Amino acid sequence: MSCVEQMKYKLHLERTSFKEAREYIEKNSDEVYYVDPGYKIFKDYYIIGVPPVAMGVRGTEMLFTYVKPCHGTFVMGIDSEEEIARLRENENEKIKKSLKLGGLKGKADSGPAPTSFADMYKK
Amino acid sequence: MSEGKRALLVMGCPEVPVQMSMVIYLTHKLKKSGWDVTVAGTDAAVKLLKVADPESYYVQKTVDLDELIGDVVEKKIDFDVCFAFMHSDAGMTYAATFSAISKARLFAVVFGKNAEALGESIDFPAEKIVAKATHNPNPLKNKIDKVAL
Repeated sequence: MSCVEQMKYKLHLERTSFKEAREYIEKNSDEVYYVDPGYKIFKDYYIIGVPPVAMGVRGTEMLFTYVKPCHGTFVMGIDSEEEIARLRENENEKIKKSLKLGGLKGKADSGPAPTSFADMYKK
Repeated sequence: MSEGKRALLVMGCPEVPVQMSMVIYLTHKLKKSGWDVTVAGTDAAVKLLKVADPESYYVQKTVDLDELIGDVVEKKIDFDVCFAFMHSDAGMTYAATFSAISKARLFAVVFGKNAEALGESIDFPAEKIVAKATHNPNPLKNKIDKVAL
């Protein structure tokens, strides 16, 4: 049994498909973040899911999918400012990484600045 | 050729009879070809397997499915090939997770009444083995026998 089941949680959706659970999180959260399957939350729960795996923030509550092989997918909500902060930090890291990649690409594409209109027409 | 290579069989919910039959069959077949086989499942699925094979003649290594996912994510273990058994949306969700976290060549073994629709909904990288089998394992066995590793 995962530590998640021993915590104080709310069940927002029960025994549904993963797709419906994802849509519920997307429609009912103030903020939505996408993580890879295997993203670890709390002490020992690794998120099971079909990418893109949505996780939501609603006030102080974190919404996430919880899958059990014989019972389907559940949408659980647990109050955790610590996990929400980690989720936001994870998103910031992803943005930083994509900006770095975009920055390098932009640099490679731009080349030296033209010195006259004639140079521009040559291009 | 396969000596020392590691195979993982992921069991879904054990409510459809062909799964247990095929897991024992495939474990035996892979072991005969030199594979080191591990079978993962829920507590209920592992119990069914252990009662069916009390002296571990066919299956030596079993592991809790959720614990194994943690170990693969933390890179403590990985496999060369993975057969993920599924007959429901939840089973497919587990297979998608292995597709994302493991480097193994993944086979999605899809069976049950809704096998065809479930097979079509798989949109992650996996080789599909699909058969509308619930009680009779032969349609699934025939397709598994055609897999070349």
